[in-house]
Amino acid sequence: MYDIYALARGPFAWGAFIIFFGGIIYRLVTTVMEARKKDHVVFDYFSPYYAMRSMLHWIVPFGSTSMRRQPVLTIVTFAFHICLIGVPLFLFAHVILVKESFDISWWTLSGMAAQVMSLIVILSCVYFFIRRLVQPDVRYLSATTDYLMILLVAAPFITGFWAARAWAGFEVATLLHMLSGELLLALIPFTKLSHMFFFPLTRAYAGSEFGAVRHAKDW
Amino acid sequence: MKSIEDWDWAPGKKIVADMNQWQSDYEAAEEPYVSPDGERIAAIVKIEEETYTVCVNGTPWERTFDKVWSLRFSPDNRAVALVSDTAEWSVAVDGATWENWFEFVWNMQFSRENGSIAVAAQNARSYFAVLDDAPWESGFPSMNNLTVSKSGKTSAAAIQTIPLKEGDIFEFQKGCFSVAVNGVAWKNTFINAWEIDINPEDRLVAAEVRHTLYDYTIAINDEVWPTSFSAVWRPRFNPVDNSVTAPVKVAGGWSLAKDGELFWNGRYSQLWHHFYSSDGKKIAAIVAPQFGKWTVAENDKAWDLRFNEVVMDPVYSPDNRHIACTGKADGKWYVALDGKAWPTPYDRVWAPVFSPGGDLVATKVEIGGKYAIAVNDKLIDIPFANAWDPVFSPDGSKLLVKGIGTGEDEGKYCRHILKTDTLPRR
Amino acid sequence: MAIAEPKSNDKPIVLDDAIIEGAEKLSEEDIARVINDMIKTEGGARFKAYLNTCMSCGYCSEACHFYLSNDKEPRFAPAAKVKQTLGEFTKKKGRVSRETLMQACEIAFTECNLCRRCMMYCPFGIDIAFLMLFVRRVCHKLGVVPRYIQDTAHSHSATMNQMWVQEDEWIDTLQWQEDEAKDEFPDLRIPIEKEGADVYYSVIGPEPKFRAQLIYQAAVLMHVAKIDWTMTSSPGWDNSDMCMYTGDLEMTARLKKVHFESALRLRNKRIVMGECGHAFRSVYDVGNRFLGWKMPPIEVVHAVAFYDELLRENRIKIAQKFDRPVTFHDPCNIVRGQGLHEKARNVIRQTCETFIEMEPNREHNFCCSAGGGVINCGPPYKNKRVESNRVKADQLIAAREKGAEILIAPCHNCHGGLEDIIHHYKIDIEIKFLIDILFDCMEK
Repeated sequence: MYDIYALARGPFAWGAFIIFFGGIIYRLVTTVMEARKKDHVVFDYFSPYYAMRSMLHWIVPFGSTSMRRQPVLTIVTFAFHICLIGVPLFLFAHVILVKESFDISWWTLSGMAAQVMSLIVILSCVYFFIRRLVQPDVRYLSATTDYLMILLVAAPFITGFWAARAWAGFEVATLLHMLSGELLLALIPFTKLSHMFFFPLTRAYAGSEFGAVRHAKDW
Repeated sequence: MKSIEDWDWAPGKKIVADMNQWQSDYEAAEEPYVSPDGERIAAIVKIEEETYTVCVNGTPWERTFDKVWSLRFSPDNRAVALVSDTAEWSVAVDGATWENWFEFVWNMQFSRENGSIAVAAQNARSYFAVLDDAPWESGFPSMNNLTVSKSGKTSAAAIQTIPLKEGDIFEFQKGCFSVAVNGVAWKNTFINAWEIDINPEDRLVAAEVRHTLYDYTIAINDEVWPTSFSAVWRPRFNPVDNSVTAPVKVAGGWSLAKDGELFWNGRYSQLWHHFYSSDGKKIAAIVAPQFGKWTVAENDKAWDLRFNEVVMDPVYSPDNRHIACTGKADGKWYVALDGKAWPTPYDRVWAPVFSPGGDLVATKVEIGGKYAIAVNDKLIDIPFANAWDPVFSPDGSKLLVKGIGTGEDEGKYCRHILKTDTLPRR
Repeated sequence: MAIAEPKSNDKPIVLDDAIIEGAEKLSEEDIARVINDMIKTEGGARFKAYLNTCMSCGYCSEACHFYLSNDKEPRFAPAAKVKQTLGEFTKKKGRVSRETLMQACEIAFTECNLCRRCMMYCPFGIDIAFLMLFVRRVCHKLGVVPRYIQDTAHSHSATMNQMWVQEDEWIDTLQWQEDEAKDEFPDLRIPIEKEGADVYYSVIGPEPKFRAQLIYQAAVLMHVAKIDWTMTSSPGWDNSDMCMYTGDLEMTARLKKVHFESALRLRNKRIVMGECGHAFRSVYDVGNRFLGWKMPPIEVVHAVAFYDELLRENRIKIAQKFDRPVTFHDPCNIVRGQGLHEKARNVIRQTCETFIEMEPNREHNFCCSAGGGVINCGPPYKNKRVESNRVKADQLIAAREKGAEILIAPCHNCHGGLEDIIHHYKIDIEIKFLIDILFDCMEK
């Protein structure tokens, strides 16, 4: 048990972060290189102003007609993403780990806030899962991987929440939390979760074409 | 044909015609055209309802027509127009019509050397060409891309050989088009045939063809190149050795192929309108080395100069040592010589004209709503309300400038002969 | 020609015999080879990023008139069209059955108008139209294309126009329209091949074939506004382009080259084009790109922008405003394609007494369901096309209930599609081009 814990705390963590950052860099570099070869228009028509304009409309809640038409989904999506990124970055326990290893630290969430936010992530995942199952168009679009991805994202939060609440078997939960979190990190660059870093690219391109060439809104 | 040496090259200005008069003499006068030697100006004029003719230097043709269009001057200074009488069409040359009349004629072309006149014609839905009043012996279900040779002896066109029923896509894909030379169709049929070139001796004809929906190549005298490309543009004969080159699209971009094989190594975002030096030793083309950046490449080497909108009218100097072209960047036109753009931005420029020695480049330009002639990017101080391309005398000592004046010359068409040694030098 | 009427909506049913005939010639190896070759050579970074980034969230569903009009049948959701086509292609590494290929062809050609409305509803801005065009290009490469649009593409390749119009027929039409107009305006001309004219006016193939009065009206407009203009007698006159929609992009390039070069040869300052949407898309941001021109080499002005300019500059004056209430259909290719919606509204406000907005409008207007080459796929698809745009009918009925009697649509394909919708859903509204209104109202 302790050995696995050490592995998860040490090499696995390192591995996960290396794969995560390395993977992102790899995916971005290969995408940009391929775009240079086959999609030069992406660069030729790139407009920083319209790229920003488009991104702003789509990272502000209800900034687009699309979001306004589906208010529940929009609220859940924003709450989910904010908590999904906020909790791991500002969780006291995480910051302490970084402090111990690198002697750097930053502002942290209160334990209560972190737990509430984790719960929001978990409940959002439940919502996404059920939505995938019951909304006919989304169900039609969904592949097994789409369901697995929700589980993959939920896992570190469920286990983390478990550990934080110190419920029975929290040691195992902590270990599972670390392992699932590491697995999630390592898989982000190579699954649809890569949308987290493709979002600015596709959005910027859409914004540039719509704004600079076609003089139209894209939200 | 009166040679250019025999034109009036005496320096000075001559008022050839007062166009103001035309507006009062006729019910209407259309836009005028000027002969290469500048001695004649002509316009289609309306005599009365449904009665038209051509007025040359103030004198109308004797004969009138129901309709007149496509008035142009031939290289040997004859006024030529397409005319209609009682629903039949013919060609009128200096007022005299051809003997043959047709249901319709159009696409009038002149051979560069002797001013032969070619037109496309249609009778009873059959399409054919007519060269100097001699119609092709056979007609076709359709015809496009009529081309006349430099000598004026040969006419060729892309033609349809097999009629098609509406919507019969699979029959179309078997190949129903070909090339006809002087009215005789090649044996091969293609999905399509397009632009054509005829060699200087009138012996060889090359055409762009597509022989499946996806394979483009060049056919010469009914023989196709063994290689195909994903696209091609108009082929050209080398003026000396009769080899054929054409822009072709391959993986990585456009390049130039010669006799079926890749000839240039460069891969361009675009490459078209290639042309030879008169000795056949050099080939130049309009190219875009990168997307949206245009220039000229000579023997596969692109100029450093880039225009971000378009490049046009590239031409070799008579001594083959220089290339001039026009280009547009950020909405303004420029003249460029040997890879350097001259600084003056114009609203419009026309094709550059080299002096025989290649040291001067004259262009018709539009600037601030007026027209003028620029020589080596310096404006000649004669503003025009309209102007035509300038011409250098064969010895290069004079420049013929043609235009409708402004100010006291308003509405007057004038012919100016200027001494080139008084013009600005490069 | 129709093979079978669709019985259920859960799968596309192949309605075109040429799709079947084309597919019958193919082995699964052929299909796999072409698909994989296309993905390898043309499936670039955008293609991959779009496919990998789609979270199947369903935001796009609500954007699509096919989806909304077919009772929210899931397979009509934009992302579902990708799943059924490219999704299958990539999942099976190109080794799809002829059946799947034919269905992909049906989906890409007849169940998507490439209107780009869904792109505005996707958080990632995924360009479904781009992906459907990719499918169409695969179909083109495999020779599996609906008959009518393929025939149009053939016409383009042989004549450089959409309708098999011969060179003489075109010129004859111009002269005929000039003669007609001279009865009303003796000095009027349709100047053919006028070198150096300011404006080069171009139209689409159907104008000389079916709607020659539009050339007449344009000539009167130019005459009254004293525009120095011309039209070409050469094959560059047609600015339309169905090859862009069949996936024959090499031919698109050739068509646009001929079009632009005819205007460049005449040294005209700008191209003004008639009221057509897809042609504008082809000239303004598709065809020019295939040729290496970042933007058109000559300024391209759509009719709507041109009318707006003439009114703003007082080149034409309105004698009497159009007195029947009008509503306006925003064509995708000039609104999402160039943001001309406010200019169109300016023209309408200046020419019409009562203007009733359709909802939704501007960039969010629903497509007519004729665009993207769908109407050009011909009679086999008419029912599907019209029935798949019930939302458009609802929009029109709502505008009608607010009092609109006239529907203005400045696009040829929109006209065709909307006429069918009006007829099918028995909507009491009359459809007009913007120039019909201008022509009626201006001082002549």
